[in-house]
Amino acid sequence: MKKHIHDVLIIGAGVVGTMIARELSKYQLDVVILDKNNDAGDGTSSANSAIIHSGYDPEPGSLKAKFNVLGNAKYPKLVEELDVPFIQCGSLTIALEDEQIPVLKELMERSKLNGVEVSLLNKEEVLKMEPNINPEVKGALFAPTAGIIDPFNLVVHAMENAIDNGVKFLRSQEVLDIKKEDDIYKLKTNKEEFYTRIVVNAAGLKSDKIARMIEDIDWAITPRKGEYYLLDHYAYGLVNHTIFPLPSKKGKGVLVSQTTSGNYIVGPSSEPAEADDVSTDTFTLNNIKKAAMLMVPSIPFNQTIRVFAGERATCTRHDFIVEYAKSDNHFINVAGIESPGFVSSPAIAEYVVETLIRPLITLRSNPKYNPCVKKYHRMFYLSEEEKLQTLKENPNYGEIICNCEHISLGEIEDALSRSCPPVSIKGVKRRTRAGYGKCQGGFCQPKVLMLLAKHYGVSPTQIPLAEDGSYIIDHEIKEGK
Amino acid sequence: MKKVDLVIIGSGAAGMAAAVEAKRNGIDDILILEKDERLGGILNQCIHNGFGLTEFKEELTGPEYLQRFVEQVKELKIPYKLNAQVIDLSKDKVVTYSSKEDGLVKLQAKAVIMATGCYERNAGAIMLPGDRCSGIITAGTAQRYLNIHGLMVGKRVVILGSGDIGLIMARRLTLEGAKVLCVSEIQPYSAGLNRNIQQCLIDFNIPLYLSRTVSKVIGKDRLEKVVLSAVDENLQVIPGTAMEFECDTLILSVGLIPYISLLNYIDCPTSSAKGAVVNQYMETMINGIFTCGNCLHVHDVVDFVSDEARLAGRSAALYIKDKINRNANRINVKPGNGLSYVLPQFILEDSLEDIVIKFRVRKPVQDQIVWIRSGETIIMKQIKPVMIPSEMVMIKIPKEKLAGIKEDIIVSLEDR
Repeated sequence: MKKHIHDVLIIGAGVVGTMIARELSKYQLDVVILDKNNDAGDGTSSANSAIIHSGYDPEPGSLKAKFNVLGNAKYPKLVEELDVPFIQCGSLTIALEDEQIPVLKELMERSKLNGVEVSLLNKEEVLKMEPNINPEVKGALFAPTAGIIDPFNLVVHAMENAIDNGVKFLRSQEVLDIKKEDDIYKLKTNKEEFYTRIVVNAAGLKSDKIARMIEDIDWAITPRKGEYYLLDHYAYGLVNHTIFPLPSKKGKGVLVSQTTSGNYIVGPSSEPAEADDVSTDTFTLNNIKKAAMLMVPSIPFNQTIRVFAGERATCTRHDFIVEYAKSDNHFINVAGIESPGFVSSPAIAEYVVETLIRPLITLRSNPKYNPCVKKYHRMFYLSEEEKLQTLKENPNYGEIICNCEHISLGEIEDALSRSCPPVSIKGVKRRTRAGYGKCQGGFCQPKVLMLLAKHYGVSPTQIPLAEDGSYIIDHEIKEGK
Repeated sequence: MKKVDLVIIGSGAAGMAAAVEAKRNGIDDILILEKDERLGGILNQCIHNGFGLTEFKEELTGPEYLQRFVEQVKELKIPYKLNAQVIDLSKDKVVTYSSKEDGLVKLQAKAVIMATGCYERNAGAIMLPGDRCSGIITAGTAQRYLNIHGLMVGKRVVILGSGDIGLIMARRLTLEGAKVLCVSEIQPYSAGLNRNIQQCLIDFNIPLYLSRTVSKVIGKDRLEKVVLSAVDENLQVIPGTAMEFECDTLILSVGLIPYISLLNYIDCPTSSAKGAVVNQYMETMINGIFTCGNCLHVHDVVDFVSDEARLAGRSAALYIKDKINRNANRINVKPGNGLSYVLPQFILEDSLEDIVIKFRVRKPVQDQIVWIRSGETIIMKQIKPVMIPSEMVMIKIPKEKLAGIKEDIIVSLEDR
């Protein structure tokens, strides 16, 4: 059998991998993207603060600073094209003690060096903008370009758009070995073998492991876990901006922010952890609560609907790694993408393609390239008129599946009909918000599970909660149905 | 906009009983909106018996119990819509529902009865420590999978929480071939009815561990292990008391919460029972919006839900006919010593009916005097040998006894 040789193979379908895939889909290339998980954006990209940072904080001159600022500017257009909920709400970094005011001023200087527009606010100005902040506040740094995004749909829609433009996405493919023979890379996964001219390593928490498959490296990923609270959406107006404490060596600290769906997110912690450890613990969560209540004393923690954890792909180099492997420029490492990774990802992708890949291969424009995904009809965000129009076109948008978030059958069927469809309960939840509310799928999970089983023509026992192997139904009883 | 005298949201034990009673009290223009594909609500999946002892003086299963009400609804020709989810309720009683059949519909109601039941506290709400694997499921959802869809959620099961659904599921899963290893309860007493402890645990040799909770769940993709630890009097885990159970399923039966998002959106005041604040007519603080059943406060027995719903149905009829004096003086009813909540939370003077005060105790107690007082006036005094949190207490106050009462009414316990 003649082996098929791809032009570019991307390892990892997180926000970085999918953005690179989308950027590559602008050109006539044979691109394949693999992920060890069964969906795009299942790792670090699925559990983070979902903040589109302004860029005032990273060390001037670092890649973090560069890509953050470039990436931030790309967002307004990007979210239009990919139809992703995004709110440019601005951020406030607050000082709770007089001694912290000089630190705010330092941050202001740093912002200038990074080219980020900020302003210094006094106590009265802060309390006017955010009445629920601790009245002991002394001042704050206001960054109007910071925003919040729906992180799940950003990644999934970037993947969908890349697929629509010709990229191939393969799920549940874990890369086990990489070899180079006659200028062609041979990758062995748990399922099959792939051949490619160029490899992009965007494997997140496992990027050091992947990089070591071809050479010795002088960096490593040391994951840091962050735990979070997610609150229901009744505490209207608790905060209107993303609220940060002053940054420390451990990171940006515990933030309080609204999400694009009107919920509130509180976190993260920052502690070293084993890769893939996304467990939560009471001790850490209590510390987060204390830290958050210093900033916003009235957070209604009794409205908690979920606690979760994610891991940062923190790198020993303390900056992003976006470069050729030492021994071979056809192997590109995009690693250590921790905060501000989300905001940076479109700028990183452009740099990887235009600066690192362009010298290696002829880039001819893809005449069929369309930067936009087909519009989504999210009933939650539509006006009365748009709702009625949507219902006229497809009555299934009237059949509500998720009671808490009012997600319709039409929305779930639409997600299933797209080029990057969900295969799990979590996949449906992230795309549509079904099961995202206060009952956490208690009412709608059986309905969603039956829909998935019917759609894929499999037994309900085959439908996972999240990853392959996370089955929900053990067996069907004989008397059933 | 279409007009309807009375819209009832939900067709479970509460919704149907309220509809029947409103109809019998002269209201013909009624519409029941049910989100599911059949009438009856959660009773459809409660295939065990124990229902109807008060209401029908016989022991019925959930589906049998609801069928009696379905027959009355049909006999009285009360209109209802299935697969119709109410997505908005405004303060001036415009009800918006969504369905495949009708699309998005707005109805102007004269009165509304919220009978939306409750939802289950879940892993998120209790901040369950440990991994995010599958195999952790609330008791009601597991019950729905099994009894409606014929699907079993696991083989080796630990149950957290001794609420009634957890106990019922311990028996149900055992009968279906699963091994239920234990039930763990964080409190030093069970949250379920005594008859369920006997019939669902003791009869099947399933151990009940009190003052123990889950300190960690472990599992990569599917649950592999549950760690139970003892807790102190402040419900904090005591180190060094861990017991490990290899299992594939953790059933959560850790409480029910009134499901009243529609009322939350319009800032309807709520009580410590987590439902709306109501008067003796089961009317919320928003004129003409009534509520009853498990969305008002979680009941232990469905028969009491039906009874409470009839009061709401009757009251809504009175309201529509403008027979409730809304300008009457308002007397607050407050929970005193030993009570977790009391209901109704306020009384409009010149009550048209005797008033049933309902409450729950904070912890199991014996030999108590229940005092119902208003300032210096003793309205009622009752002696109760035993009261437990899982059993709602009801005391009827004849309306004459409330004549002349002006000050707040306090319901409190005292040792005999």
